[in-house]
Amino acid sequence: MKPAPFDYRRPGSLPEALEALAGEPNAKVLAGGQSLVPLLSMRLAAPAMLVDINGLPGLADITVDASGVRIGALARHADVLASADVRRVQPLVSEALAHVAHATIRNRGTTVGSIVHADAAAEMPVVLSLVGGSVEVASVRGTRTIAADDLYVGPLETSLAHDEIATSAFFPALAPGAGVAFEEIARRHGDYALCGGGAVVDGDSVRVGYVSVADVPTVVDLSGVPLGELGEAALAHLEPADDIHATAAYRAQLVRVLTERVVRAAMAATSSKENPA
Amino acid sequence: MTEELHDVRLTVNGVAHDVQVPARRLLSDALRHDLALTGTHVGCEHGVCGACTVLVDGRPMRSCLMFAVSAVDAEITTVEGLTEPDGSLGPVQQAFAECHGLQCGFCTPGFLTTITAGLRENPRPTHDECRDMIAGNLCRCTGYQNIVKAVERAAAIQQAASVEERA
Amino acid sequence: MTTKLMGTPVQRVEDQRFLRGLGRYVDDVAAGQDVLHAAVLRSPHAHARILDIDVDEVLDLEGVHAVWTYDDLAGPMAEPLPLLIPHPALSHGRTQYALAKDEVNHVGEAIAFVVADDRYVAEDAVGRIKVSYDFLPAVVGIDNARAATHLVHDDVPGNVGARLEQNVGDAPTAIEKAPHRLELDLTIERSACMPMEGRGTVARWDADINRMQVWTSTQTSTGVRAAVAVKLGLDLGQVDVITPDVGGGFGVKINHPWPEELLVPLAARTLGRTVKFTEDRREHFISSAHERGQVHHVSVGFDDEGRLLGLDVEFWHDHGAYTPYGLIVPIITSTQLLGPYKPQNYRVVFESLYTNTVMVTPYRGAGRPQGCYTMERTMDAIAQYLGKDRTEVRAVNFIQPDEFPYDQGLIFQDGRELEYDSGDYPASLEKIKALIGWDDFPTFRDSMAAAGRKVGIGLACYVEGTGVGPYEGAHVHIETSGKVKVATGLTTQGQGHATVFAQLVADELGVKFEDVEVVTGDTRRMPYAVGTFASRAAVMSGSAIHLAAKRAKEKVLKIAADALEADPKDLQIVDGVVSVKGSPGTSIDLGTVSVLSNPLRYAFDEASKAATQFSVGDPGKPPVPEDEEPGLEGKDFYSPERATFASGMHAAIVETDPLTAEIRILKYAVVHDCGHLINPMIVEGQIHGGVAQGIGGALYERMVYDESGQLLNASFMDFLMPYVTEIPDGIAIDHLETPSPLNPLGIKGAGEAGVIPSAAVFAAAIEDAEGFPITAMPISPSELFELRQTRKDTP
Repeated sequence: MKPAPFDYRRPGSLPEALEALAGEPNAKVLAGGQSLVPLLSMRLAAPAMLVDINGLPGLADITVDASGVRIGALARHADVLASADVRRVQPLVSEALAHVAHATIRNRGTTVGSIVHADAAAEMPVVLSLVGGSVEVASVRGTRTIAADDLYVGPLETSLAHDEIATSAFFPALAPGAGVAFEEIARRHGDYALCGGGAVVDGDSVRVGYVSVADVPTVVDLSGVPLGELGEAALAHLEPADDIHATAAYRAQLVRVLTERVVRAAMAATSSKENPA
Repeated sequence: MTEELHDVRLTVNGVAHDVQVPARRLLSDALRHDLALTGTHVGCEHGVCGACTVLVDGRPMRSCLMFAVSAVDAEITTVEGLTEPDGSLGPVQQAFAECHGLQCGFCTPGFLTTITAGLRENPRPTHDECRDMIAGNLCRCTGYQNIVKAVERAAAIQQAASVEERA
Repeated sequence: MTTKLMGTPVQRVEDQRFLRGLGRYVDDVAAGQDVLHAAVLRSPHAHARILDIDVDEVLDLEGVHAVWTYDDLAGPMAEPLPLLIPHPALSHGRTQYALAKDEVNHVGEAIAFVVADDRYVAEDAVGRIKVSYDFLPAVVGIDNARAATHLVHDDVPGNVGARLEQNVGDAPTAIEKAPHRLELDLTIERSACMPMEGRGTVARWDADINRMQVWTSTQTSTGVRAAVAVKLGLDLGQVDVITPDVGGGFGVKINHPWPEELLVPLAARTLGRTVKFTEDRREHFISSAHERGQVHHVSVGFDDEGRLLGLDVEFWHDHGAYTPYGLIVPIITSTQLLGPYKPQNYRVVFESLYTNTVMVTPYRGAGRPQGCYTMERTMDAIAQYLGKDRTEVRAVNFIQPDEFPYDQGLIFQDGRELEYDSGDYPASLEKIKALIGWDDFPTFRDSMAAAGRKVGIGLACYVEGTGVGPYEGAHVHIETSGKVKVATGLTTQGQGHATVFAQLVADELGVKFEDVEVVTGDTRRMPYAVGTFASRAAVMSGSAIHLAAKRAKEKVLKIAADALEADPKDLQIVDGVVSVKGSPGTSIDLGTVSVLSNPLRYAFDEASKAATQFSVGDPGKPPVPEDEEPGLEGKDFYSPERATFASGMHAAIVETDPLTAEIRILKYAVVHDCGHLINPMIVEGQIHGGVAQGIGGALYERMVYDESGQLLNASFMDFLMPYVTEIPDGIAIDHLETPSPLNPLGIKGAGEAGVIPSAAVFAAAIEDAEGFPITAMPISPSELFELRQTRKDTP
């Protein structure tokens, strides 16, 4: 389990990095590497070049203002999770991050990297979708913003071009009075979830995003569905599949249980917000 | 085809080492085979077991999920660096010895580095926090019972030492 | 007087090395030096004929030193690997070749061997080898093996490697006549030892002295040594096998020689370089051994009290593609299944079956977990049928303390009678009931039910034959410094042998613990040895070391008596000083005695000079009298008549989530009887580890093969070994110490015990919580959920 050979670039500036990426169609960006390196070591991926962005200045910033949370491409999960500002402005980010792998992985892995790895079994892609966030991408051709809805185009596939680097992700602030919750059921603590759910309840709007239920990050609008019927309503939009850890029927059961739990918890969070201390 | 070698300066346990490695050399392999610091062990090479955990700028990270070329600007601490300068055991090491926190010893370096950083961040962990601290490391021998005790003991040793220092 | 160390929780000496990162595991050997690294091309297919292997693209790869296929092997290396433990019932034993010849029989089977400058390049080379295959249908799982629509080996009819039947009395007739009868079908899936360190071998050929040195991560250095010598055409005396620190074994490293254990030394000799092979995790999943996969059918007849009248067990054992380790696992299941009970009449028959999956060799417990599961589930079924408490049904079937030695009338794994030496099962049962709170459980269940929560309780009993022969030996050498060097040939994988054996020597010789150094698994120090398996190290090597230390002590006392002009009977040894009892001034230290033991006395050091004041020996005899040897050494072997039988009982309380079917362990309790404890801290550590491995085996770990023979979960991401978060916070342990009459220390083995009853305990507890039978283990929440659905659908 050793990676195949690759060319390696460690640029000192973003333009340099974009240049390198543009010059090699089979290049990959290396940030935290917590998903990429195992794929390389198992030789399930063998890019011709790695563009290591860990030396780029300014990309580790976490900027929080009233509009939301902007997370730079080199901000590690652990730093985002530790930020009290992030938790205050968009608590769903913090709640979901606590479920990302183990602490040691969060020390190296980046939130933006996880978002553009686009694994439907990961937490951060669905959180971005659920809160209607976006990613800022750059290439030699310029920069653009991709809304979460336009980002995920297939299993482990985003709409980023091969020469684009996601430089930051933006999570809009939670609306005043809104509430969120996130919960997962995994075989072992820290594993990819058998099923995970995050909820945002804002007035009459009830939206739930799912982890490990579909092959792309999936959000279901459950506004107007009575408590007690949320799970079945969600399943009308989802087709949970079998894998070696769970049958489709069991996964559907977890959707029922978790949907109800996270929506109730998010509602409870709403009411607590209505009485600010 | 000759694979390109990169000049890399790795700072490990306070000592700078200059090595020439291909880009694909994993940090774990560079530590073990280029620097002969074999205390860091490799158990799975896909980031799950934690045996290879080292401190990178004080934070626990999987050395099997990093490339040596990517560790140039970092201060790395391995298990060898946890021993006191006079050769005596550091507090976490001492606690493991006292509590029988290891059997075959293969996973142990990853636990020691992880706990060292964990207690730096949280010097007075509760019992549940002690369990949490080691939740990302696999051990096949001990059933974790005595490792949890060792975390608690290490915290106690450190607290006693800091009281002594202040006195 | 020196305090006895036997029975005390002495801190481990080996930890000083491990904790500093100074352990020396096989991949650490020659680290940083100029060594070559090997990689293996493994079959991606479960069953295929090899038509052609094309290595052309490898030859021009820079840094590659050798690429071998079967055609490159000659002489004994081209013969199949040995069948280590033949058995008359193993009518169709088959073993693999070091590199596949014509056919592959499981995903992961070695096809080609590459040696290169480093492992990275070696893997590049492996990737360039092209093999063309003619695909054959794969036989996966016991049902398909039994159906035998396809065969694993053309010349093995029905895929049956062996069939073995043993009878005590006439079980079928007894069952027929019994007032009550039950039948059960019970399944256990495949799992694996999965030590944190995989296999690995380093070899160095020293052309100056025509000698091979091999370091290998094994549970038997002497076995590997003999295999390397024979396969490479070397004299035994030319081969040294050194077992370095081993990062866990749990059974998988007792099998030998693995292909790489031969190919690495061969490459070292051929290339004249140090060569290293370090197995990676994926390789460990697909090319090292598995265990546990068995299907059992039980017929049992019993009376109104639940007393067994006849027990008839038929089972099918999946041994994978090859049988290098013979029938050890199913034989152990078939005999140890009886546990602490008297079945009156017993028939057991098993078939050992070929499948196109990784071969099976013992994994901690070695067939006992399956046996215990089968027997204990039967006990639970009887209790359920009669409406009796599960502990009562067990109690009426126990062998009683006054019935030892108790002969079960069967032949055990070592070819000897299955005769239990000692035990006290009723006492253990009382202890486990108290420890888990058996009698209070109904109240607890009610209070939990009131809160909408489901809980269940289960228990299981086992008896474990430990310390099987044939022998182990030990050598004790007292140096002129007074330090004691001890060697025993079996190997160490984390059991703390350097500590417990030093405790025994310190006690027997009267020396300081820190002055004793123990070496294990080095054929240069002890060429005759068996290995570490079957919970035998403490019993076998512990006894041998005790006996060897006794011999050394006899010699110490003889020489010291001569020097001090005293009677040996009046001497004592305390902290390494021999003195006349009651006259402490008249003394001589052990180092000086060691100097005196050797008539050649150059005055190298103070000890030699100190010795000049004493006069020993008879001037009328040669300096080394007949029947004596120079030096202060003791050597002895321990070879017991038969195994000694440890026992224990485990119990657990679990909670099952009514919605998510998650299974939570609320309490786990162990009562354990391994005779006298040498180091209770280490014994408890062994139990903790066994319990955790048992929890893994019962609730998390399994080998998931698809129908084409691909292992779908060959990584730590999907093979779910428990983290701390999956193991209960605290395991209640109580000991019973029923000494063994078979060895001088009264000890029994303890290494495997913790893992034996887990499947039985959890199946029982979950069944108790759910109210329907649990007959297949391991069980996941998903499976429990599906079982609930089936119950709902078929009321």
